Amino acid sequence: MPQGVLVIAEQGEGKFRKNAYEVISEGRRLADAIGEPLTGVVLGSEVEQIAGELAEYGADKILVGDDPALADYTTDVYTNVSFDIVKNNDPKIVLLGASAQGKDLSARLAARLNAGLVMDCTSLKLEDQTLIAIRPVFGGKVLAEVAIEDTPQIAAIRPNVMEIVKNQKAGDLEKISINTGATKTKVVEKKVEASTKVDLTEADFIVSGGRGMGGSDFSVVEELAHVLGGAVGASRSAVDEGWRPHSDQVGQTGKVVTPNLYIACGISGAIQHLAGMASSKYIVAINKDPEAPIFKKADFGIVEDLFKAVPSIIAEIKKLKE
Amino acid sequence: MEIVVLLKQVPDTEATIQIGDDKTTIKTEDIKWVINPYDEYAVEEALRIKEAQGESKVTILTAGKQRAIEAIRTALAMGADEGVLIDDPAIEKTDSLGIAKILAAALKEIPCDLIIAGQRAVDDDCYMVPAAVAEFVGIPQVSMVVKQEINNGKISCERTVEGGTVVIEAELPALFTTQKGINEPRYASLPGIMKAKKKPLETKSLADIGIDSNEVGKAAAKCVVRNLSFPPERAPGKIIEGETVEEKAVELARLLREEAKVI
Repeated sequence: MPQGVLVIAEQGEGKFRKNAYEVISEGRRLADAIGEPLTGVVLGSEVEQIAGELAEYGADKILVGDDPALADYTTDVYTNVSFDIVKNNDPKIVLLGASAQGKDLSARLAARLNAGLVMDCTSLKLEDQTLIAIRPVFGGKVLAEVAIEDTPQIAAIRPNVMEIVKNQKAGDLEKISINTGATKTKVVEKKVEASTKVDLTEADFIVSGGRGMGGSDFSVVEELAHVLGGAVGASRSAVDEGWRPHSDQVGQTGKVVTPNLYIACGISGAIQHLAGMASSKYIVAINKDPEAPIFKKADFGIVEDLFKAVPSIIAEIKKLKE
Repeated sequence: MEIVVLLKQVPDTEATIQIGDDKTTIKTEDIKWVINPYDEYAVEEALRIKEAQGESKVTILTAGKQRAIEAIRTALAMGADEGVLIDDPAIEKTDSLGIAKILAAALKEIPCDLIIAGQRAVDDDCYMVPAAVAEFVGIPQVSMVVKQEINNGKISCERTVEGGTVVIEAELPALFTTQKGINEPRYASLPGIMKAKKKPLETKSLADIGIDSNEVGKAAAKCVVRNLSFPPERAPGKIIEGETVEEKAVELARLLREEAKVI
């Protein structure tokens, strides 16, 4: 009979993603709710030394697949290995983070297991043994409550939403042998910027610029983001104008973000942009047009030219941080 | 090269979504339907590959209602060659896994070396169908691709990840999904629109592609939508008043520290 919760905790360059701590913490909560054990899974190369960390967040058992063949993520190898682990452990619930890798892996894994997957969910609960998820759809305009039939029940959890909770458990480490299986893909190049850069989906602070930036000079927005220790985002119009890369776009056709603080500079607030940032904990809007729809979503609004307001805000925040 | 684009028709991203009386579906009246924006990139990339390779065919494959014909015709007007729509009343309330089974069954009848799809549909945001189709067809997948190159039976795909990109080489046949930035989709030209009217566009039922209606629909779904709701409305915000911009900045910093406690 299927038993327990299994969490595939994503790491990169010998460090767990922030999202991995959120997922393992949620896994502990669900395991307690069904009164069954929580197993953490760590896959990669030379990851044995970090794997034990999952015990601090509630893993009863930690399975470590440590192999040079797992150094880089490819869908086929990771699916083959994850599939074997799920089959051998027969969990009721499988949790992953909804990162680029987690979305790719969970979708393929669910198909191979012929199992239900709730992608990018923001909340989970159990009714008897059935996993019920809340997941934003239509880019966040609507919330869907989705029930998963049969086991395993798979959920990929949106970054930056769930709480990280320390909860020391035994975390017995078990090294597992892996079989990468047939592979038709390989990584030939990595063009990843310094890992110091905060990704939009995991950032606690986001400062975004829109059409009101008037051009590709985002230096005031960048400086505010830097002072806050956050990331720079952009509206669709700013991206379509070529002022910012596509990877910065926030909205229904870009990234959906949930920072603690979202500061929208010169963004009017088109419906597709609002969908992508409306679940931020706090929203600040700076726009010279008092009628801009963004002010209806903002906790705090400043009706000013952003090029005057943002430098003053930078100065004030610097003072507070001193 | 035989290329298949998986296409979905979705509500326009500027559309206001209203929840239906059954609380599990949305109201579809008064909605402007468009090609899923990420699928537009997929169609454009297929056409560019066809133009570069020559001797190629681009087939558009969709599971949907009759209204999706309009989306397929738009793709044909852009330059795709043929369209196939799987439409069957039994498809209602099928989950992503089921839709992938339907598309994979339809693909048995369509020769293909390459499948391209948008990285996700902007209505249900599941990211699921392309990966599941690749699984059921038994080919490799690369998701969220911003650049690709085909050489000697292999496709090299630059895939976006947090903080950068990774180049992955996959053996063909393969599937990749398109991310914004891969191209600028063309508009359908007037002659293109005229030509599209004569291009083959076939509607098939589940029986036509060998799928038993018990395998799909709500009864077979692993994921069942129980309820749709709107996110809680944000409480009305506060416009910060002040004589000067500096005063407003001081007040904002105070509110962020003392009220919001975020800095």
